[in-house]
Order: sequence, then structure tokens, then C-alpha cells
Amino acid sequence: MSTTTRPVHTAPTFAQSVWLVSNREISARLRSKSFLIATGILLLISMASVIVGSIASQNTSLTKVAVVGTAISVVERTEAFDIVETSSVAVAEALVRDGTVDAAVVPSSSADSLLGITVIALDSVPSDVLGTLSVSPDLEILDPAEQDSFLAYLVAIGFGIIFLMSATTFGATIAQSVVEEKQTRIVEILMSTISVRALLAGKVLGNSLMAFGQIVSIGLLVSIGLAITGQRVLLADVGPAIVWFAVFFAFGFVLLAALYAATASMVSRQEDVGSATSPVLFLVMIPYFMVVFFNDNPLVLAIMSYVPFSAPVGMPVRIFLGQAEWWEPVLSLVVLALSTMVVILIGSRIYSNGLLRMGARVSLREALHK
Amino acid sequence: MLDIRGVTKSYGARKVLTDVSFTVGDGRMTGFVGANGAGKTTTMRIILGVLSPDSGTVFIDGAPVTASDRRRFGYMPEERGLYPKMKVAEQLVYLARLHGLSPASARRNTVDLLGRLGLDARAGDTVESLSLGNQQRAQIAAALVHDPEFLVLDEPFSGLDPLAVEIVMGVLAGYAAQGAPVLFSSHQLDIVERLCDDLVIIADGEIRANGSRDALREQHSSPRFEIRTAGDTGWIREVPGITVIDFDGDFAIFESETDAASQAVLHRAVALGAVHTFSQQRPSLATIFKEVIA
Repeated sequence: MSTTTRPVHTAPTFAQSVWLVSNREISARLRSKSFLIATGILLLISMASVIVGSIASQNTSLTKVAVVGTAISVVERTEAFDIVETSSVAVAEALVRDGTVDAAVVPSSSADSLLGITVIALDSVPSDVLGTLSVSPDLEILDPAEQDSFLAYLVAIGFGIIFLMSATTFGATIAQSVVEEKQTRIVEILMSTISVRALLAGKVLGNSLMAFGQIVSIGLLVSIGLAITGQRVLLADVGPAIVWFAVFFAFGFVLLAALYAATASMVSRQEDVGSATSPVLFLVMIPYFMVVFFNDNPLVLAIMSYVPFSAPVGMPVRIFLGQAEWWEPVLSLVVLALSTMVVILIGSRIYSNGLLRMGARVSLREALHK
Repeated sequence: MLDIRGVTKSYGARKVLTDVSFTVGDGRMTGFVGANGAGKTTTMRIILGVLSPDSGTVFIDGAPVTASDRRRFGYMPEERGLYPKMKVAEQLVYLARLHGLSPASARRNTVDLLGRLGLDARAGDTVESLSLGNQQRAQIAAALVHDPEFLVLDEPFSGLDPLAVEIVMGVLAGYAAQGAPVLFSSHQLDIVERLCDDLVIIADGEIRANGSRDALREQHSSPRFEIRTAGDTGWIREVPGITVIDFDGDFAIFESETDAASQAVLHRAVALGAVHTFSQQRPSLATIFKEVIA
């Protein structure tokens, strides 16, 4: 107006537009209570799992056994039991019955007993006691597994859950924000101001930064937790896998974000977001279930670690298990980056075609048509 | 100057715009009038580059409009929308910055504009908490916050209370007075009539009439006159070339076949006594509109 000097309209560059859009996305997320609560819960869960893990691993108290007479020499040799000396077999039996001890070890009554002792238990076979007192043959493992299979299972599921939760949370957020702009029609003002590509890129960038920030803070929290609770051995094993996971996640999430934005742009109402984005949700859930069911199957894991949608989970698990050669994560990352670029190109076409179509859901054929 | 030349657009087999051409001159308030579905919104979206035309071009000051030129436009879409959960002032600053303003001038413009639109008390409220009328004012602020050089406003007055209509009319007239081309559509023909310098009438995707408001009125004036005199006007019936439409003692409405016949009536009336009124009936915009799109 005449009162002020007319500002110069220096058109912002593509990068500046993207940056402005992504900043708005980030501040909108940070201001949303539901987002802050969800993030808090996710961080609590990961912290809790570390603490629970550490308590469980420290809680290896010795099994209590009642011992009678000469059996004591055999039991003491193992140094694996909390010994309660008793005067007679009857007293030992009573202690087993009232639960004071897990088992009793008494001198064997039959003369031809190999070890000369009898183990008395209440209602089931006390396999830990038997295992310790048994005589084992010599054992030779030709190709020892690098990781305990149960631990591997936990790590695989951990990566799977974190990927699933972050991807679905932020994917749904992107989808909602696309439809919000469409539903409130502000998209028309935005489209008349900046290019559709800048809008899409800003959205994907802003939300990817948030998701990545969440992943990095979970990673840091878990690492710190492992270090503090003295589980350094585990940290050394999991550390490289966590770093690779973060790198793969960064690319994998951008790919999913583009898919979420594109599919969401095909509908006009929040109510329709769920059904429109469900195909993407399946793509996210597949790797999760695959690691749950096939984490002990090297072939399936190897395939998963190269398929772009499951690579962010599959490759870190293989790195953890020591199954991957040094070049494999690099190759898989290249495959992932290339497919991300292709998906962004297709996605931005669907997005720009979908944005102005109000009302009924746009068919995929229409959305891809120029 | 904003120049729309030969713009055609179809959705599939349905043709929505056929060879649409018109000009919005510098400093001209141009009213864009048409029935629902006539093609107003599509035309405006094409001007803003939200849609691309099948053929035809939009020029500003003689050169085809480019993407960076469009940041100098102020646009108010027909379907209103701002981020519901974002604060009014923050939202305006964001939109101003997307249009290329520095953070400082974006903030300065926001404060200035909210003051002029009487929204300063609501600057820190979220859009969803505003009343409908205030949401509408915020929407107008969103179109103006980057100090646009061209204004394209789709139904800027719908949903406004009479007071807000006056405020917005004043703000728009201020832009035009500074030389900005202003194109606005409205269903409220009385507002268009009061406000616009030029008029573009569209029907079925074709421009039916286009020009200054006064010229259009002249074109569509009927040969109908009204007269009020001191004495009885019954004698008018006998004047050759005159058909009396309505007659009530000292008052008459008549149609004249030629200018000479109407002048003859005036001469005679003056000769007979005092003449209080003698005027050609000017058609209202509503009448012209009906005639043009018929």
C-alpha cells in the first residue's frame, strides 16, 4: 500500500520454498500434543526394554538345593548351587515340598548308581539341576553362530517394531497433512505460490527429518542405556547394526513418505485417508512380519535385505548376525536410493494431479495421466 | 495490465472455457460475473497457474506470465481455506514468506493488514477458533499480505457481514487506486455495480460482454423514459412515435422510437409547465446480466 514501500518480490528459490514448507511441517508437529505424547511413549518403551533386559540378565541367582550327607562333595564341586545342608533325606524332602529349595540331592540308595546321588524334585524334572550334575560328552562346534539365536530374534524384532512404528506414525501424519491442505483448500493458495514439487519435497523433508530425529534419539537412548547398565558387550554387537539402521531408515522413510503423500492426495476427506493409504501400510508391515517369522532363515533375510521396502530392517539384522559382506549394505543402499528417486518422480505426478480433484476418490489411472 | 488471450480448457469431453479473452487494466476494478458453472473459477485458476489451459496465454504487461511473476499476484480462491490449527498471524507470515518476502517485511505487513481489517485482536488465535466472518477477513488478509501487484479474488464478499463488506471494498479500491489491476467475481450484483469500473460477463465458458460498466449500460439502455410534471401527462399518448407504458396523473413511463420523439415530449412538457423529472431509465446490472446471458 501507499503507506509502505512496496517490498521487492524476489522469488524464493526451489530450495528456499522447500525449506519454508518443511519448517512449517516441523513446527506443526512439535505443537501437536498427540505427536509429543506418542514420541514420549516410544522413547519410554525403548528405554524400558533396555532396563528390563539388564535386570533380567543380572537376575541369575543360584538355584537352591538341599543336600544330604556325602552328596555334598559332588554338589560343591559344581559351584552352581546355593546349598542347604540337611540332616536326613526326610528333612530334605520336606524342604522340597514346602518350596524352600528347588530340589534336593541325596546319596543314592542303589549301589550301581553311576554318580552315587539321587535328585529329588517336587512335580517336574529340574533340568537345570540335572544338566549341571550330569556328565556331558566332549563337544566341538564347527561353525559357531556369532549371536545367540534368541538375542538375534530380539534385535530383529526391535528393528522391525521401531521401523513399523516410526513409518506408520509419520506416514499417517504426512497423509493427514496432505488431505488437510486439500480439505481446507489452502492447497490452491499454495499451488498458486510455489511449485507442487516444492510443496511435496518440503512435506517429505520436514516429516523425514522428524522421523529421523526420532530414530536417532531412540538409538542414542538405547546405546546410552546399554552403556550405563553395563551391557557393553551387547552394545559392541548391536552398535554397527544401529548405525546402518539409521542410514537405511533415512532413505527408506523418504520412499514411504512420498508414497504416503501421493496416495493421500487421491482423496479429499480425512475419513478416506485410511483406505487410500492402506496399500502403503501393507508394504510397511511386510518386512516386520518377515523378520518375525524368518529371522533364522538366511535366504529370506538376504532377499529382504535387498528389496527396498524391507531393506531398512533386513540389512541391519544381517549385519548384526554377521551374515553380510562389507559391500552388501552399500549395494543395497544404492538400490534403495535409486528406487526412492523413481518413487518420488511417480509420486509427485500423482500428487500434482490429485491435489485439485475434489470429491470422489481419484483413480490411479487418472492420477498418473498427465 | 493483465491480459487473457484465447484461453480454452476442457475436462475430458466437456468444454469449460472457449476462447476466453479479456483485459484487466491497471487501476481498474474489474467485476467478473457469471452463473454457477459458467467458468469463472476455472478462468481464475488458469490466471494463477493452478490449472494450465489447453490453449491460450495469460500476459502481464505484454509478456506471458511466468511462475515467478505469479508470486506478485494476490489470490483468493473460491473455496476458502487456511490451516485451521495455525495462528492467524503466523499463517500470514508464512504465506508472505512463501511469496518471497523477508521475515521482517512479512511480519510488518501482517501487523499492518490485520489492523486495517480489524483483526488485530485475533492475531494470536487459531483460525478454527474464529467466527465465520473473521475467518473470511483472515482469508482476505492471506491474499493481500505479500503486497501483491495484481489481485484475483473469487467471491471476496461472500459470507461477509455488511460492515466487513465495506471494509473489504475500501481495501480493494485502495489497491486499484494505486494502479493495481483487480479482478473479482461476485454473485452480489449490487456490489459489483457499485464497485467495478469494468465488467466481464461469462456464460457457458464464453465471454458474452466485456467493457466499461458505463459503456455496457449505455449499450443495454432501453428507449424507455420516465417523466414527472406539475400537470397531467395524459397528452403524451398523442405524441407520434411514443408508446406509454405506465401512466398515473402527473407521472408517466413511455418508450420512444427515436431520439427526436422523446425530445419532442420534453419540449412540449416544458412548454406546458414545470418538469420535475425527465430521465432515460438506466438498466441495472441485474437486467443487463439477464439480457446478456439469455
